[in-house]
Amino acid sequence: MSTQNEADHHPDSAPVHGTTDPIQILDADGAVLSNAELPELSDDDLVAMYEDIKLARRFDQRAISLQRQGRIATYAPMTGQEGAQVATGYALDQQDWLLPTYREHAAKYVHGMDLASLLKPLCGLREGYAVPDGVNVMPEYIPIATQVPQATGMAWGEQLQGRTDTAVLCHFGDGATSEGDFHEGLNFAGVFDVPAVFVCNNNQWAISVPREHQTASETIAQKAAAYGIEGVRVDGLDPLAVYAVTRAALQKAKNPADGERRPTLIEAVQYRYGAHTTADDPSTYREEDEAEDWREKDPLDRMRNFLTNRGLLDDDLEAEIDERIEAQLTEAVESVEAATTDPTTMFDHVYDELPPRLREQRAELESLREKYGDEAFHEVLE
Amino acid sequence: MSSTSPDESRPPDESRTAGDSQTESATETMNLVEAVRHALHTEMARNERVMVLGEDVAENGGVFRATEGLLESFGGERVVDTPLAESGIVGTAIGLAMTDMRPVAELQFMGFAYPAFDQLVSHAARMRSRSHGQYTVPMVVRAPYGGGIRAPEHHSESKEAFFVHEPGLKVVVPSTPADAKGLLIASIRDPDPVVFLEPKLVYRAFREDVPTDTYETPLGEASIRREGSDLTVYTWGAMVHPTLIAADNVADEDGIDVEVVDLRTLSPLDVETLVDSFEKTGRAVVVHEAPKTAGLGAEIAATIQEEALLHQEAPITRVAGYDVPMPLHELEDYYLPQALRIQEGIRETLSF
Repeated sequence: MSTQNEADHHPDSAPVHGTTDPIQILDADGAVLSNAELPELSDDDLVAMYEDIKLARRFDQRAISLQRQGRIATYAPMTGQEGAQVATGYALDQQDWLLPTYREHAAKYVHGMDLASLLKPLCGLREGYAVPDGVNVMPEYIPIATQVPQATGMAWGEQLQGRTDTAVLCHFGDGATSEGDFHEGLNFAGVFDVPAVFVCNNNQWAISVPREHQTASETIAQKAAAYGIEGVRVDGLDPLAVYAVTRAALQKAKNPADGERRPTLIEAVQYRYGAHTTADDPSTYREEDEAEDWREKDPLDRMRNFLTNRGLLDDDLEAEIDERIEAQLTEAVESVEAATTDPTTMFDHVYDELPPRLREQRAELESLREKYGDEAFHEVLE
Repeated sequence: MSSTSPDESRPPDESRTAGDSQTESATETMNLVEAVRHALHTEMARNERVMVLGEDVAENGGVFRATEGLLESFGGERVVDTPLAESGIVGTAIGLAMTDMRPVAELQFMGFAYPAFDQLVSHAARMRSRSHGQYTVPMVVRAPYGGGIRAPEHHSESKEAFFVHEPGLKVVVPSTPADAKGLLIASIRDPDPVVFLEPKLVYRAFREDVPTDTYETPLGEASIRREGSDLTVYTWGAMVHPTLIAADNVADEDGIDVEVVDLRTLSPLDVETLVDSFEKTGRAVVVHEAPKTAGLGAEIAATIQEEALLHQEAPITRVAGYDVPMPLHELEDYYLPQALRIQEGIRETLSF
């Protein structure tokens, strides 16, 4: 028998499709690297991107605090990963599709979901996963990697119907690359050459299992080679690099050069600063100081330095942004906490037309509520 | 590869049943999840071929702490954090079992069992049958299951019927710490594949004295939790507790004398206990969290009609989850049967 620690040991590094060193535009201090080219983003966009990253971080803090107070249920934090989420959102055109996991709160927000909608499932509301009209975001995917083949199918469907300006972007984590659906989805994407971009948010940990025990591959990007598609590694804490790489992948998906295949697997190398979810305690499986190296490349700090150096951000604007963020968050929390759910709505939308037996069950629930009152359902009877 | 004999993993000198444990054996107070952990520890100490594999089971000790401390006691060869892949976990467990290991695979939540469904139904369930008994799959697949803890979507379902429907699989659901230990040990020693579903609502709900030495609670035997003469409630897992509350309430308020049968093993069903109880009471309510349609309540009702029709005095009532996707937690209390709905079902059945 072999020990699992042998997975740590890699034989000679094989050549990797794409680059092994993650692509960067900003250095750790937020200065533009000498060999890097800035993406085409206006000054307003750059500031807005910063504001969204900051909003994401504050959202995370508020959500964790709400969970601790028992006001929302289990929450999956994203601190450290907001830069990549916001940047991929900025890279999308409005008609493009986003397939997020339970952690992509900021990506959903940037692509059109309002803050209150992000909080609804966390409040357990019946309409929790509803997506506002005109927003091309799928309800978050909680089972692991199941969105990957669906992203391929959606991209295929758009292509079959000639909507050549539309691509599909799906997020997943490093753990998801172990699931069969990851393989099947990427394989189909390569075979049918569909306009899809697969973003692996490699945050180094699948709950307690470190990246190097998840796969013996040296990188996740190199897995693209097996599917005949392009794989790219990018610094996931560098929002500008993630934007540039994702934007280029989406453009290639819609409009490939001769001989280019449309799909891309992007490995955004990043780190989950906090817990997997509020139900998780990372101190049982990793060292606290592991995060320190990553925090030195923090996406929020890098963007702040970048904007300050370019004269696009000062204390006044920062204060204005903070004020706006707090007001937005407060409004969103208040609006969802005021919301209530009619219990019989659990029968809504199960089918196009409610079958007779379900109508009976709904009537039964209604009569029980009438007879005993709603309080009786929440009592723990002894 | 040789075929495996059940006797190999079942030294007779160490096997006895919980029913024998009224002797002066030592006990320890445990909750259900501690009893699961204790059972794993006991069997791993006794048989070095027993191993645990799954997501986050080693370093992290399991997301519910069911495997905490096993890595320290038994090392990384026998307590293994796998990649995140349920089909991989169950498929490799089948392979391990067929080469004489005794794998106990953990699926993190029952709602994430579906990628492993193919391995379970196409292979684990029928390896014995296809090979005419030459190859067998003595493995256990554990999964936390059921609702009631305000968990996210896909973390609260009760889909035991999927597995009960599959010939060749055994399906076990404990409702108490002492049963959890004895049933898990019996499952690990069982020569057939066992799906062991742990009702997470009662993981930490209460504690009881659990014998610290090794014992089996036999598979395929129901337990009568409360004796009564007017009506029988058949249930299992987390629903046993609200059923007992409901039984006490209707006794106090209506003078109804309810018998409560905790099935414990859902496949194979203990038809004898099921029918004996019905022949005594003539009325039945089945309580389960799973959706009503094609849930196990249907199987129980049909079995009663086949075996004891002439004793039947009222239609058999099913108090179950509604036929809708398990709602997010705001509506969980309305979806899950609780004492209120169980009492209602009992009174209705009595007033027929």
